[in-house]
Amino acid sequence: MQKLTSSPKILVFSTEKISDPGIDQAGLRKIHYSPSVYVISVPCSAGIKPKWIMHAFAQGFDGVFIAADGHECSYTPKCSELTNELIEHSQKLMQAKGIDPKRIRMAAICSVCAEQFASHMANFTRILVELNGKAE
Amino acid sequence: MEEKKKKRIGVYICHCGGNISDYVDVAQVRELAGKDDFVVVAKDVMFACADSNQKDMVADIKEQGLDAIVVASCSPKLHLHTFRNVALRAGLNQYQYVQVNVREQCSWPHHDDRKLATGKAAGLVEAGIRRVMGAESHETIRVSAARSVLIVGAGVAGMRAAISLASIGNEVVLVEKAAEPGGKLAGRKDLFPGDVSGESIVQDLAARVRATPNIKLFCGATVSGVCGSMGQFQVKVNVGGQPAEDLEFTVGAVLIATGFDPYKPEPGEYSMGSPGVIPIGEFVKLVESGSGELMHQGRRVRSVGFIYCVGMRQTKGKNKYCSRVCCSGAIQASLSMHRRYPGVQAYHFYRDIRAYGKQEVMYTESSKAGDVYFMFTEKEPPVVTADGSGAVIKVKDSLTKKQEVEVPVDLVVLVTGMVPQADSGAIAASFKVPIGADGFFNEIHPKLRPVETVINGVFLGGSCQGPKNVTETLSSALAASAKINAVIGKGVIDLDPVIARVDSSKCVWCGKCAAVCEYGALVEMERDGRNFAIVDEPSCVGCGVCAPVCPTNAIELACFTDAEIEGMIDGFALDQNINITETAAAEESAAPSVTMKEYPAQWHMILEAMKDGPISIPDIAKASGLDASLVTRHVMTMNRYRVAEPAGLDDSEQYYLYQQKS
Repeated sequence: MQKLTSSPKILVFSTEKISDPGIDQAGLRKIHYSPSVYVISVPCSAGIKPKWIMHAFAQGFDGVFIAADGHECSYTPKCSELTNELIEHSQKLMQAKGIDPKRIRMAAICSVCAEQFASHMANFTRILVELNGKAE
Repeated sequence: MEEKKKKRIGVYICHCGGNISDYVDVAQVRELAGKDDFVVVAKDVMFACADSNQKDMVADIKEQGLDAIVVASCSPKLHLHTFRNVALRAGLNQYQYVQVNVREQCSWPHHDDRKLATGKAAGLVEAGIRRVMGAESHETIRVSAARSVLIVGAGVAGMRAAISLASIGNEVVLVEKAAEPGGKLAGRKDLFPGDVSGESIVQDLAARVRATPNIKLFCGATVSGVCGSMGQFQVKVNVGGQPAEDLEFTVGAVLIATGFDPYKPEPGEYSMGSPGVIPIGEFVKLVESGSGELMHQGRRVRSVGFIYCVGMRQTKGKNKYCSRVCCSGAIQASLSMHRRYPGVQAYHFYRDIRAYGKQEVMYTESSKAGDVYFMFTEKEPPVVTADGSGAVIKVKDSLTKKQEVEVPVDLVVLVTGMVPQADSGAIAASFKVPIGADGFFNEIHPKLRPVETVINGVFLGGSCQGPKNVTETLSSALAASAKINAVIGKGVIDLDPVIARVDSSKCVWCGKCAAVCEYGALVEMERDGRNFAIVDEPSCVGCGVCAPVCPTNAIELACFTDAEIEGMIDGFALDQNINITETAAAEESAAPSVTMKEYPAQWHMILEAMKDGPISIPDIAKASGLDASLVTRHVMTMNRYRVAEPAGLDDSEQYYLYQQKS
């Protein structure tokens, strides 16, 4: 089947309580970001399994973005630390498969970060376009 | 958990009255969903949330024997519970329902490209279908709730909440560490606004607390033990005495209302410790204790210098936040001083004045009373020299191009803010309530769920959560009371079943899950000579942090299983064949034509802003003076009526530009 767009496909993991409202607000305010961005909500970014990230790459996603709560996480003060660990672990798995570790990124997105989310998506799209160019 | 694979799924795509269908070819999305082997009902509907559609959905579920439903409409934040209830009414398990967000996360942000938006919507719906295929049925966990509440702290927040909760039939155990109730407001006189003294508020509340039979007040008491969970917390209260006695209570919910501590200046900070340098708390007591001549340590005070932001707003220090209430507190203390001791001159050394709301009136009043204001920066704070015979405050005044000014004063008052109450760490540990980077207790969400904590059944009231004035403290205490009563009022509580579970056959007990769990929910078990982890269900908060660290992938979080998440990814990954022809798009968005004369006044204003070429909505708002959200609505309608049209993105690639339709 023909691809709809050449724009890199990004999977975003977003937290239900804090990042989701920020991403929803980007839509509400009609702020543009790439239509190749797909969002899965989870309770806490530290609960994302590297297995899911690897599954996304296996299914043809060009990049994975983790919209985390950072210091605002209401579950654990170690949220950023644990999320970093799972990203590092995923990057090792990615390297073993020849996937550039730059294809995964994390940033804190809070409930009012609509513009920040859109600009992260624009930047990440640019990075992925470059990486895709190199890969070809 | 083995679950029969679903074979009869109903999919509903919402137009949202044009909010979705103006930008997404809803009929095509419905058609693509309908091709799925297991989708037996696929409909597109004008408003999925409308009563009539909800009734149709119930009928479809019953008549067609649907075993799962997907609604593609707005954000789950809005209608997740609406459609879960539809499922329940039709006799379907509510967790066999998945909501797909095609409005906030597709039609709205991608409204410039119908083809790509339609393709994405199709992918989102496919992901929803695959998620629901992997979804398991769950029952909400029903626990009985004791209609009683433990309130920690009998300041104004704790007492007000106690009275409110008791008046609607709850038992209240009110525990205060100090010998008397009242907290920081006890003994205080002047409050703003109004002419009611702090003292009288405290006396009134305390009298009402003591006169209410279903409030048990324990002063000089502390919480010495907590176990259990929402609905049934077992708490021990140490009520003092010789030997110390512990009383036990079962409560349905807990309200933490432990307040704050005033920041204590370090010795030497602005010459703290030298004679004639005192913190604001001490100054207020001094002012409120007399009248006539203001005296401090036997010396007459004719001038006072207030230094603001002491210990607060430290860019490099620990207390990065602003306490908000101290600016107006200092201004009020100064006015209070003028009333009681006419003729004393006040000088204020501030970084920024935060006299929000009605407090601005006091600020004006203070300026009119002849108070002099000097502004300083964090980098160049005032320098205080005090030797017992008076003090000199030297400052580079930002208001006069940093001219150095030396002000001799009789008394230096350090305006300190609020810091977390000294016991907060211990209280956080007993109730397992998270503490924020600022050291105050953390709510779930500052705007959406401001008085709840992630620990079910534990709530926050007043300034234990962050700096608040009396009005805000009482508002939050009453909000928490209402929330608590909503939770325990029915005597039973239904809990969301999103908790972790361990596949004991895969678990090799390495202890990693227990090490990352903040709530002690992962417990080691031994059976048949094997050690493995089990989940203590009431303690699990459903964060899922334990799952990624498991080396054998033995842990899954309900509603976020591998089957569900990986199913969604598979759905997104499908590139659907979307056919949007120009004519089809044009027909879809065909709208009656309007003439210039019929334009609303705002359209003329917006067209005026567009006369120099493409312009973004925020810029139109600026140029026209109209509200940005109003401009958005008008521009969307103008687009529909072919009066204006999109003109690509601006340089930052964040805003769409619009222009007059040629």
